[in-house]
Amino acid sequence: MPDHPRVLAPGTATGEVVRLDEPLSFWGGFDPETGTLIDAHHPQAGAPLAGRVLVMPSGRGSSSSSYVFTEAIRTGTAPAAVVLAEADPIVALGAIVAEELYGVAVPVVVSPDSDLSTGEVVTVRATTDGLVTTTPTGDR
Amino acid sequence: MPGTLTLTDDDRATLEGERGEAARLAMRILTRTAEAMDAPRLLDVVSGHIDGCLYHGRAGLDFARRLAGAGARVRVPTTLNVSSLDLLHPELVRLDDRTASDARELMDAYVAMGARPTWTCAPYQLPDRPAFGEHVAWAESNAIVFVNSVIGARTGRYGDFLDICCAITGRAPEAGLHLDGERLARTVFRVDDLPEPLLRDEAGFAAIGHLVGRATGNRVPAIVGLPVSTTEDQLKALGAAAASSGAVAMFHAIGVTPEAPTLEAATGGLDATLDEVLDLAAIRRARDDLSTVTSGALVGSVSLGTPHCSAAELRRLAQLVDGRRLTIPCYVNTGRAVLAEVAEAEDALRAAGVTIVTDTCTYITPIIERADTPVVTNSGKWAWYAPGNLGFDVAFATLEECVESAVAGRLVRDREVWGDA
Repeated sequence: MPDHPRVLAPGTATGEVVRLDEPLSFWGGFDPETGTLIDAHHPQAGAPLAGRVLVMPSGRGSSSSSYVFTEAIRTGTAPAAVVLAEADPIVALGAIVAEELYGVAVPVVVSPDSDLSTGEVVTVRATTDGLVTTTPTGDR
Repeated sequence: MPGTLTLTDDDRATLEGERGEAARLAMRILTRTAEAMDAPRLLDVVSGHIDGCLYHGRAGLDFARRLAGAGARVRVPTTLNVSSLDLLHPELVRLDDRTASDARELMDAYVAMGARPTWTCAPYQLPDRPAFGEHVAWAESNAIVFVNSVIGARTGRYGDFLDICCAITGRAPEAGLHLDGERLARTVFRVDDLPEPLLRDEAGFAAIGHLVGRATGNRVPAIVGLPVSTTEDQLKALGAAAASSGAVAMFHAIGVTPEAPTLEAATGGLDATLDEVLDLAAIRRARDDLSTVTSGALVGSVSLGTPHCSAAELRRLAQLVDGRRLTIPCYVNTGRAVLAEVAEAEDALRAAGVTIVTDTCTYITPIIERADTPVVTNSGKWAWYAPGNLGFDVAFATLEECVESAVAGRLVRDREVWGDA
């Protein structure tokens, strides 16, 4: 059942796209000290995610992922934005709590048909009234 | 789109601060998350289980301090998950002083909010667990999958932070697995002709759970062909593994779990989007997927009880180690309430040299001393996460193989169980 496009957490961010082929659990799969994907079973293990626009099918696994995501936002190792094919409340929650605690807004959006590909530099704008735009940035 | 969430007068009063600043913040985070989930309303819950008491950095402490400092109190009976410390055996945990003190402050903050200091990832092993059909707000993936699947109470897949917001407000989003239709199975797995010894041990069920989780993703699976004698401990192992390799928050075991008397009842007559056979070859693949070393390899320690061992599991382990000489460290994790029930098994385990860990576990805090040598475990969850998160080599094995390996100091495989070795 395809999900519908919407904003889970508003914000604006620019970064280089990293598109994951499989879902990621922030807890156990992401190191908030280095901002790296560390899930040994993930096909893109080792990928740097800090400051990137993370595009992935969905979240996965542990309910601690919201905490790890908030902690990464606090320390500055988190992705700049998250674009999900399917809504994941645990990822959304991590961003919502970071905004409440630290006033930092990391956009988390659902965009089932996103065609963003790894290496593009884009700006994601997600507003509280549900509007998402992604625009190419840079000199290409 | 925003604005689809309808609040009661009571919810709105909380959101506007009439119950204090802590309840206002909790309700604000809850309503924002409920909107992200497309929930039309909130519903009442009868209990909470909090995962946010486990320390993963300062953000969690900042959050708990802010709530506790504003006078937050839980509105429903609430249990606490494992923490980063073993308060009964503090010498086991090798954290730096600063982290240990932050972790302790985090635990104290949740207790100050009125949550019970249960410190277990298996709250379903405690008395007073929820009843069939009741709505609860639980975090911790293995507890979520257990309460939904085995007890038939209803929780969403709640993350750290939302757990305490639900407990403070007594409310949760009316979405996901709280709803009848979302609990129906969409995928089917048929367990085919597995050797009896595999279905006698938790590891066989963890292997099934691992395969189910990998294939089903976040769809509710139905598993056909498990014995009617399947125990809660075996279902615990299955659920924990499935919730690690996939986003499984509920499964049906046909003829075993309460919402699945028949496959038809579990699917509600919907067509499955996936129908797979799990045979011995598949189970062996799961074992190998969960192991980075093979039979005969030198191993450095054994880790059991993730999720926390039940009383029955501790008694079985006590029988298996009785009179044996373990040559490498063997750790078993359990809840303090369960340990208090099994004094004689505890004595036997200690006599055999088994290290008993409570309040936390060997996965989430540094306890295992020989980090440079492979660890043998019967936990699908531990084996799945440890290579990446802890840098351990690992071997996934049955409980008996774990004990034999602890005696031999090498990974011992049982041909009778797996059909190879």
